[in-house]
Amino acid sequence: MGTIAAPTIGYALLLPFIVIFAAACVGILVEAIVPRDLRRAAQLLLAFVAVGVALVVTISNWSAGGDVVVGVASVAVDGPTSFIWTILLVFGAVSFGMFAERKVTAGVSAFAPMAAAVPGTVAEREAIEDRREHTEVLPLALFALSGMMLFPAANDLITMFVALEILSLPLYLLCGLARRRRLLSQEAAMKYFLLGALSSAFFLYGAALLYGYSGSFLLSGIDDAIRNGVAGTGPQGTGLLLAGMGLMAVGLLFKFGAVPFHSWTPDVYTGAPTPVTAFMAACTKIAAIGALMRVFYVALGSDRWDWQPLMAVVAIATMVVGSVLAITQTDVKRMLAYSSIAHAGFILTAFVGASQAATGAREGQLTSVSSVMFYLVAYGAATIGAFAIVTMVRDSTGEATQLSSWVGLGKRSPAVALVFSVFLLSFAGIPLTSGFIGKWSVFASAWSGGLHWLVVVAVVVSVVAAFFYIRVIVMMFFTDQPVEATGAGTAGAEVVRPGWTTLLAVGVGVAATVVFGIYPGPLLGLAQQASEFIR
Amino acid sequence: MMTTAPWLTVLALLPTVGAIVVLLGSSAAAKFVALATSLVTVVLAVVLTVSLRGGGGMQLVEDAMWIRPLGAHYALGLDGIGATLVLLASIVTPVVVLATWSDYDRTPDGGLSTVAAGETARYDSKIFYALVLAVQTCALYLFLATDVFLFYVFFEVVLVPMYFLIGGFGPGARRSYAAAKFLIFGLLGGFVMLASVIGLYVASADAGKASYLLSDLSGLTLGTGQERWLFLGFMFAFAIKAPLVPLHSWLPDAAEQSSPGGATMMVGIMDKIGTFGMIRFCLGLFPEASQWATPVVMVLAVISILYGAILAIGSKNLMRFVAYTSISHFGFIVLGIFVLTRQTLTGSTFYMLNHGLSTAALFLVAGYLVKRRGSANIDDFGGVQKVAPVAAGLLLFAGLSTLSLPGLSSFVSEFMVLAGTFGKHPAYGAVATLAIVLAALYILLMYQRTMTGPVRPAVADRVTDVTVRERVAIAPLVVLILLLGVYPKPVLSMIEQSTTLLQTSVGVSDPAPLVGGTR
Repeated sequence: MGTIAAPTIGYALLLPFIVIFAAACVGILVEAIVPRDLRRAAQLLLAFVAVGVALVVTISNWSAGGDVVVGVASVAVDGPTSFIWTILLVFGAVSFGMFAERKVTAGVSAFAPMAAAVPGTVAEREAIEDRREHTEVLPLALFALSGMMLFPAANDLITMFVALEILSLPLYLLCGLARRRRLLSQEAAMKYFLLGALSSAFFLYGAALLYGYSGSFLLSGIDDAIRNGVAGTGPQGTGLLLAGMGLMAVGLLFKFGAVPFHSWTPDVYTGAPTPVTAFMAACTKIAAIGALMRVFYVALGSDRWDWQPLMAVVAIATMVVGSVLAITQTDVKRMLAYSSIAHAGFILTAFVGASQAATGAREGQLTSVSSVMFYLVAYGAATIGAFAIVTMVRDSTGEATQLSSWVGLGKRSPAVALVFSVFLLSFAGIPLTSGFIGKWSVFASAWSGGLHWLVVVAVVVSVVAAFFYIRVIVMMFFTDQPVEATGAGTAGAEVVRPGWTTLLAVGVGVAATVVFGIYPGPLLGLAQQASEFIR
Repeated sequence: MMTTAPWLTVLALLPTVGAIVVLLGSSAAAKFVALATSLVTVVLAVVLTVSLRGGGGMQLVEDAMWIRPLGAHYALGLDGIGATLVLLASIVTPVVVLATWSDYDRTPDGGLSTVAAGETARYDSKIFYALVLAVQTCALYLFLATDVFLFYVFFEVVLVPMYFLIGGFGPGARRSYAAAKFLIFGLLGGFVMLASVIGLYVASADAGKASYLLSDLSGLTLGTGQERWLFLGFMFAFAIKAPLVPLHSWLPDAAEQSSPGGATMMVGIMDKIGTFGMIRFCLGLFPEASQWATPVVMVLAVISILYGAILAIGSKNLMRFVAYTSISHFGFIVLGIFVLTRQTLTGSTFYMLNHGLSTAALFLVAGYLVKRRGSANIDDFGGVQKVAPVAAGLLLFAGLSTLSLPGLSSFVSEFMVLAGTFGKHPAYGAVATLAIVLAALYILLMYQRTMTGPVRPAVADRVTDVTVRERVAIAPLVVLILLLGVYPKPVLSMIEQSTTLLQTSVGVSDPAPLVGGTR
């Protein structure tokens, strides 16, 4: 009594998050202080230094070992957190490289010169002539990245909600900043914002109900309540639990892009500037599945008999809808959007399997968390690489995202077409690419979790998914351009040589895809160190 | 000296090295590099096969941990069954290279070669030979792998170069469609097999130690239901590849739309993965489930035998014709495998070699003629033997080998399969024997329609006899078919040692005391 113990924060372990968040704040000051000519360079420097420092700290903390809950029990820094932070930072940095690209677009960035100007007005034209530029995109992206880092590490539902908002709000803005096709871009941002706000409300409502059930926001507190039962709760309490669980699931699955909460994905992926799409597709998915697994394994794991059947249905629906609708797409970005939905479904198979130590997974076996971690690396690398290629394939109107203009690309730019094919083969899960090992891992986890039938469904859907990836390869290599129809105006897209930062994104994507496809042992070993959430 | 170096890796990677050199070099040098590499591969394959000691077990074994968390090893080994197929893959490849020698050279003005009226190849000889060598590497790895995961990896990967080989060099407008169909069937089989491969991993992990080594897995005790499901996954993939009716429909399309060289690599070598896989994995890993499935598989095999033969009779396209005869022959091979006597297993393995040789001869000689005539339609030929007697003779020889004429190697294997089948399942044997009559019918009818009769004007204009280079390319096949027909003993005894071992591990004995029943 009388003395108030100072809370232990564990700054050292939280440092990576703090560095990124602080860098984002400093980035805003840079906008205010640094002269316009230097801003872009300053922002880039700041972003890369911050990510580099955060990465070094994350890795050194990780190698020092020890799973702990820090920040007054609000953040769990454990194996999965460290793994997720590492890949988020790497993929984030690679995406920032794409943000910095100016060469493909003849010296301007992919972002609108003045987002506040109404499209087609004098103000916009002046901004273009002035060669203005929104250098704020990097601080915004850093804020989003910091939210993404906090989201899967959060150990209580309030922190998780705050992280959800930190990661979402900057993304809504970034989506609306495309230089070309601005109305589409703004529509995408609006749609994403409205639906995202709705899903946040679901999440919050779910959190409230779970609090009502268990009397705790802590994940472990909810787990205790489920295990031990809560005094005085009868059927009513179970109702609270189930409703809370369902509403939480809606909020999390929305961010993850799972069916039936996927409808924003194609529009947003198409409308957003391509570097932002790459960032979202890779990093948001990583953060969302991390949070989803943490909530459902740590807090609701004891009640998994209630959520597994439903999640299995969601997984199947996600795989099927993503794969089947991807077949009919005529736009590369839209196709990649549906493909990301399909991959969300494949990842969910491992999630539903819930093959963890707590459910009887053996020592040395890949757990669901480890296999998802590996899958995220494979998927993220191929996704960022593929979108980087999309930024390079252009015609007179900008990025040539119509699949029809990719016809015959294999003839005109064999190297680029070949690299894109590597990414597509990885998405399709052909061996010797990391995508195959990822598929193997998640399906193996689902099988270990006793869901043989789900694996069978998943492999059949994989054939459908492979079909539409192969279709693009066919277009690039085997379909001849109809010579008569090719007037000057409808000429196929050409590959514009980008700056080194975009090439870096492609290079990292290819290297990761091939190396982790042929020799995945070390990475799988790392993923195995990130096999269990701390409780 | 032979025991220390990783000879099998060297053998399997030789074509890869060749492919890389081909890709880096000029288009003009491609065929020379490809020929040189494939000849070195043949020499090494023969030396390694000859160096095998008796006993029939895996030899020249290599084993290194590859992906520890998955229990996957980089493990290779050579036994009598594998060696037979390694020989096939090594021998057929240089033949293909030589037979297609100048087919895909660029024209003097730098254009791509014409593959059919109004159609050019999509790429030049550089890509063609790189793909051929890539297919060969995959095939060698498949026949050498003693680790399920390694096998699976190449089982899927081989689809990629094969797909480009069909879609990039086939004659005719439907090549993209045929290539896509080939790929979809292949992927369907591959992914279904993936489920079984994963199931095996979980089973072995549950048993204590996750490992994909064949030697570890064959000692695994599986529940009856589990074993049957896993077996079905593997069998489904192999039945697509081998192709067994009703999963065969991709093959005629793919063969018709392929270049002769591509079709040879596909039907001659790659499809053997299916029947080889049945022996190595279905029998080796799931002996009880294999016996459980025997009745159904044998019925399908017999249907394939007859159905393929009947469709071959009615076939209007030379390449399609060869594909249907192959479906019939694959039926024989599968029948022999699942009859499960030493005689039929040995016969089936030998059959794979012989079928590869005679199909290669048939596809390539037909390819010579198709290229000259500019059409593969049987009706567009007629009277060829008057204008191109040597070509007609070669086609007849290849045809006689296909119908298993006594004295040629395929007779030996077909006889072994049929005799063994009669010994254990007389009814199946009786029905399958009908195919001998049908085979004579389809080959001779085809020969009559294309080679004899009045010389058609278009044939007289365009068809010239085969060149020396083309004869030299086919010569090794002719020699081998004759040689193995007269003196098959060395190969047969090599195979038999391994099939004897296999039989022991499956737990069946020869049927002498079992005639007329399965008890």
